[in-house]
Amino acid sequence: MLKSIKLRATLILVFLVISVIYCLPNVIEPQGAWKRYLPSDKIHLGLDLKGGMHLLLELDTVKLLQNMVDRKFNAFKDAMIRDGVRFLGLEKKEHALFVTIRAEQKEKLYNIAGKDFPDLKAGSTKVEGENLVIEFLLSEKELANIKDNAVNQALETIRNRIDQFGVSEPVIVKQGENQILVQLPGIKDPQRALELIGKTAQLEFKLVDEEGSARYTGGEVPEGDEVLSLKARNRETGITTTTPILLKKQTLLSGELLTDARVKIGGEFGNEPYVAIEFNSEGARIFDKMTAENVGKRIAIILDNTVYSAPVVRERISGGKASITGGFKMDEAKDLAIVLRAGALPAPVRVVQNITIGPTLGQDSITKGIRATILGGILVIIFMIVYYRFSGVIACFALILNLIYLLGAFSALKATMTLPGIAGIALTIGMGVDSNVLIFERIRDELRLGKTVRAAVDGGYTKAWVAIFDSHITTLITACVLFIFGTGPIKGFAVTLIIGMLINLFTAVFGSKTIFDWILTKYKPRKLSI
Amino acid sequence: MMELLKDTSIDFIGFRKKAFIFSAFLVALGLFAFIMILFGKANLSVDFTGGTNLQIRFKDHVDIGALRKAIVDGGISDVQIQEISGTNDFFIKTKLSDTSKENIQDKISAILSGQIKDKKFEILGSSMVGAGVGKTLKQYAIIAACLAFIGIIIYIAWRFTFISGIAACIATFHDVVAILGVFYILDKELNLLIITALLTIAGYSLQDTVVVFDRIRENMSKMKSKSDFGDTINRSINEVLSRTIVTGISTLIALGALMIFGGEVLFDFSFALVVGLVVGTYSSIFVASPLIFIWRQKARAKTL
Repeated sequence: MLKSIKLRATLILVFLVISVIYCLPNVIEPQGAWKRYLPSDKIHLGLDLKGGMHLLLELDTVKLLQNMVDRKFNAFKDAMIRDGVRFLGLEKKEHALFVTIRAEQKEKLYNIAGKDFPDLKAGSTKVEGENLVIEFLLSEKELANIKDNAVNQALETIRNRIDQFGVSEPVIVKQGENQILVQLPGIKDPQRALELIGKTAQLEFKLVDEEGSARYTGGEVPEGDEVLSLKARNRETGITTTTPILLKKQTLLSGELLTDARVKIGGEFGNEPYVAIEFNSEGARIFDKMTAENVGKRIAIILDNTVYSAPVVRERISGGKASITGGFKMDEAKDLAIVLRAGALPAPVRVVQNITIGPTLGQDSITKGIRATILGGILVIIFMIVYYRFSGVIACFALILNLIYLLGAFSALKATMTLPGIAGIALTIGMGVDSNVLIFERIRDELRLGKTVRAAVDGGYTKAWVAIFDSHITTLITACVLFIFGTGPIKGFAVTLIIGMLINLFTAVFGSKTIFDWILTKYKPRKLSI
Repeated sequence: MMELLKDTSIDFIGFRKKAFIFSAFLVALGLFAFIMILFGKANLSVDFTGGTNLQIRFKDHVDIGALRKAIVDGGISDVQIQEISGTNDFFIKTKLSDTSKENIQDKISAILSGQIKDKKFEILGSSMVGAGVGKTLKQYAIIAACLAFIGIIIYIAWRFTFISGIAACIATFHDVVAILGVFYILDKELNLLIITALLTIAGYSLQDTVVVFDRIRENMSKMKSKSDFGDTINRSINEVLSRTIVTGISTLIALGALMIFGGEVLFDFSFALVVGLVVGTYSSIFVASPLIFIWRQKARAKTL
């Protein structure tokens, strides 16, 4: 223990000043020139205190791989046709494609696979009479790679959408293998945000099967077709209706080639919002070709498997501009434009956890919690002073010092304060009180033995120190384990406790002891008020 | 000098049989509750079971029976409703969670607007947890608890004795399990906040035990070879008793304020802490200390 009172007092003061400086932004906003030199971060409040939305999204990897295999299937087919490989059959099963060919075509097939599909691995070959059935599959490593990329892409897309939506201090991080954690503090319209984030936003253009539609009356869907629902809102009543519509399965154009999407107002119904989209040069070329080939036919505009409109192509359209109408409300059109601009998610996401705390509730718990804590603190201070008299005052001084250090450390480390975090502070302060009680009881014991004031204080501190040290270290061990293994709120609790234990140990040595030593040296009292 | 207790000389070790019977009862109750929790039969929050929990505030008074009837009629039969006394707030809990087809919060909102027409309401907060999430949470909690116990045993074994480490952990386990039992009997909801309270209690109980052990360690080194180990323990507990009482009272004061004025969210939390405070103090005196006494007696019997 340091003997010099001056040195210890300086150390206490230096830490106090640093803590106060870090605490300041919570009380007043630094002005003018001060801004450049002083820290400006307030203590971050967790969602449970501030209100907001906590989402855990899970990327549907089954669907993702299915989409991937579908795409490979189509690309493989096209490549074989392009290079003149006469195949007798092409099938997909789980993560593999099975090609049936005549034996002499084998070389050519392997050529294509090697050149165009390096990610496909040749698997088993089965002989069926004169034909060969060759398997091409995505390797485990490739599958893991695809999943990983997809999660990162989804993360990026969601970040993009949230940035454009405008939320301050969002948290968007990957969690585990295929989950994404999104925290949106202080969000006002959680439902809208959820729809914006959770939308896959797969934009597609497909041809309406007019001939099929004429014959189709439910039941068996014609070969190469699919049934989706057409959403329409009645402009007068505002009621949305859906009707089934028969489409050709093949996608003519998709949203990947989009460069821009904006909300515009006007169109055939005067003042209705719609989304104007623009394609890049390749998209424009495809769009041009698609419209040229299908004049007089209907092309459906599909978003996430819902048909928004299916206008008749009146003439060939070049320039790559189109519009999506569908009786949108302004907010809906805005959000649609955002998701189209930000791009599609690689696969649908599922919300596995959604915790929304309304701003009222957050405010409620914070005011009540703080009021109760302050009241509790004052009562404890009164009790300590009544019980230990002047020494109680010194103890309270040490506790307040403790609290300021704690808040300073919180601000400096940019830790997030949550409700469990406040519980951690309460435990820390409780242990601080206990340390003082331990010390004072020891000093009383020493005084009862007839020791002088100075000897009693020194003896009390030395004897109590071992118990204080051991109990704090055991708590510290628990807190560290919780920090490593805990998630969310538990982690918040652990952080506070770790910081708190270290500060407690510091003030137990340097806090009240220094004040005692100073008083004892300066006034040399015969009796101690304890 | 203001003193709540003058020199005491209570024979704590003498109470050990009665204390063990009482503790055995507490632990049995707690383990029963723990098993019920594992099987999902207890009042668990949606954090663990998966499901949806809404906190709703009505503008005017709504009868809880009418509310329940409205929701059940609306097609959600698995529903628990809790009224927050003194307000028009309700907690509505169901094991259903969102699917790609429907959003439970929307469904409940729609039911309420449809069934209880003239009452305006506002959703203050909601949590929806998919069924799989709780499982990982439980796993991590168990791993963390085991590791924390091992860490503590090692540390206390190093600073005190191995037996002390084991005894401290048993006492801590005893306290945590006892709170689970109390919560189970009172049918209070176990949520993440209560788990935090359990951790806090574990911390407090350990602190208490270490303080008692520290005094025993100190008195042991002063102990004359002839004097009885039981007496040493008794004297140590009596010596720290005033500290135990003073710390207990000050903590109780702080928690009482939190319980009375802290609002609905903090009530259960501080309630758990109050129970934990009492049980934690009890266990370091009546469980942890007698345990090392008995252990030592047995060890001595063997060597003789």
